[in-house]
Amino acid sequence: MYGNDFSAPDGATDEAPGGLLGEVEAAEAELRAAAARGRRGGPAPDEDLAAYFAEVVDAEQKIEPRDWMPDAYRRTLIRQIAQHAHSEIIGMQPEGNWISRAPSLKRKAILLAKVQDEAGHGLYLYAAAETLGISRDELVQLLLDGRQKYSSIFNYPTLSWADVGAIGWLVDGAAIVNQVPLCRCSYGPYARAMIRVCKEESFHQRQGYEILHTLAHGTPAQQAMAQDAVDRWWYPSLAMFGPPDGDSTHSAQSMAWKIKRFSNDDLRQRFVDMCVQQAEILGLRIPDADLRWNDERQAYDYTQPDYDELMQVISGDGPCNRERMAHRRAAHADGSWVREAAAAYAAKRAEQREKVAA
Amino acid sequence: MNGPFDFTLALADDALIAAQRLAEWTTRAPEMEEDIALANIALDQLGAARLLLSYAGELEGAGRDEDALAYLRDDREFRNALMVELPNDDFAVTMAKLFFLAAYQLPLYTALAGCADERLAAIGAKARKESAYHLDHGALWVKRLGDGTEESHRRMQAAVDQVWPYTHELFAADPAAPVDPATLRPAFDEVVGPVLTEATLTQPDSAWAPAGGRAGVHTEHLAYLLAEMQVLHRAHPGAKW
Repeated sequence: MYGNDFSAPDGATDEAPGGLLGEVEAAEAELRAAAARGRRGGPAPDEDLAAYFAEVVDAEQKIEPRDWMPDAYRRTLIRQIAQHAHSEIIGMQPEGNWISRAPSLKRKAILLAKVQDEAGHGLYLYAAAETLGISRDELVQLLLDGRQKYSSIFNYPTLSWADVGAIGWLVDGAAIVNQVPLCRCSYGPYARAMIRVCKEESFHQRQGYEILHTLAHGTPAQQAMAQDAVDRWWYPSLAMFGPPDGDSTHSAQSMAWKIKRFSNDDLRQRFVDMCVQQAEILGLRIPDADLRWNDERQAYDYTQPDYDELMQVISGDGPCNRERMAHRRAAHADGSWVREAAAAYAAKRAEQREKVAA
Repeated sequence: MNGPFDFTLALADDALIAAQRLAEWTTRAPEMEEDIALANIALDQLGAARLLLSYAGELEGAGRDEDALAYLRDDREFRNALMVELPNDDFAVTMAKLFFLAAYQLPLYTALAGCADERLAAIGAKARKESAYHLDHGALWVKRLGDGTEESHRRMQAAVDQVWPYTHELFAADPAAPVDPATLRPAFDEVVGPVLTEATLTQPDSAWAPAGGRAGVHTEHLAYLLAEMQVLHRAHPGAKW
């Protein structure tokens, strides 16, 4: 089961089997095939390194940590993977906000496990970034200093339990649409990390969808709660795909390097098309009066999100930017004496072992 | 306490309230790895709580399921020991609570695994493996903090001093219960003493032994914890989630 393939509790029909999960599996198979094909054993002594790099990328082989790579490629990947890791860590906060108040013990357990998964994704991605020659501590410091970003979506507040459902359905759904193509990224460690992350994200999206489905078929107050959440999260979710193609600064080079495979607008369209049918099954309204099928384009026409608002949130003035950062900084600062103690204890133990050995 | 219902409910409430407190650390732990570890332990406690609450509901025979028992009882009806409801405070206090609770739950669940009640025996057999991990994790941090830096030693000793008096309630005698908690004290002492010594910490000798949780007389903290935990469920009577 993946992404848009849900087994809704009332027997609603699934969309095309395979779907996004199929793409993840295809990427995994491709990765194995590339590994089996093997690359030729590295550049010849007098060969142009840049030409060799281009050849590997063009042949859909993976670049690995010890390979030569252009500095800009390395910088781009560090920035992108680190931002992704930071997003997982900061993204724990809006949902973590509802763990203590989850309305049933089952929902509490699922949510706790989900937020825990996000911490795991963060660690996994920091490890992928570390293969590019930067330490996790440095990256965390860049986040705390505000010199690296995280996804703007997490600067919106979770005001009701239904927001936990909307984050799962829309935010995780958008993340999956964004991330599935990254399973075929030219940089091996990132591609492999994304395959694992995407598989887990599909469970997250599904639990969010189920929360909304239950609410949308519940009491009038629950239905209103669900609709309100979708109303608030729809446009910020569309904005997750970034600025329109014409304004996107990093896109062209990333496409050439096969870090990125589809444009922001292509992915956004794909997400909209996926959500429309799901919203119908949920019985919830997408808050866009101009949403309609375009037979010519074989896709839905829809209203663009407010990109000025997106820029405002990215620049630090979203509803929760200050709180999210303050929370992360406080956790880091409050934990410093614990980390120091762990380091001191480990040093003492190592010293003792040396004495015993001597 | 009397009867298997009260006994099961007491164990369930210990696990549930411990889970609620541990989950408060999510997004706040001193290291990301520790965030994951504490969530793991919270999930274990929550899992045990759900099994025990469901069984308690069956023993009672009044049609209450795990959620009715978790969300629709007031503080005076909760039977957890006071220790688990104490605020998390700093990381040292949380580790003191975790360590002492695991040092009690491990022999408890081990004994339960061999008791005559099949359901309780099955729950005990599952939970004791988890408790063994909780105990390892708690003991390691007690040692790290106790024998770490000057500051961590000071904080860990203060935490042990603060939490220790609340451990006595865990072992109040109940000869009629499937497992009499009083019989678990030697196993607890055998584990706790050496860890505190290795951690260069002093075992407190305070005679103060606050209690009342098993009779539903709690600290001031529990009602706040429940207010937060129960607010959404209670705001929508009869709703499904």
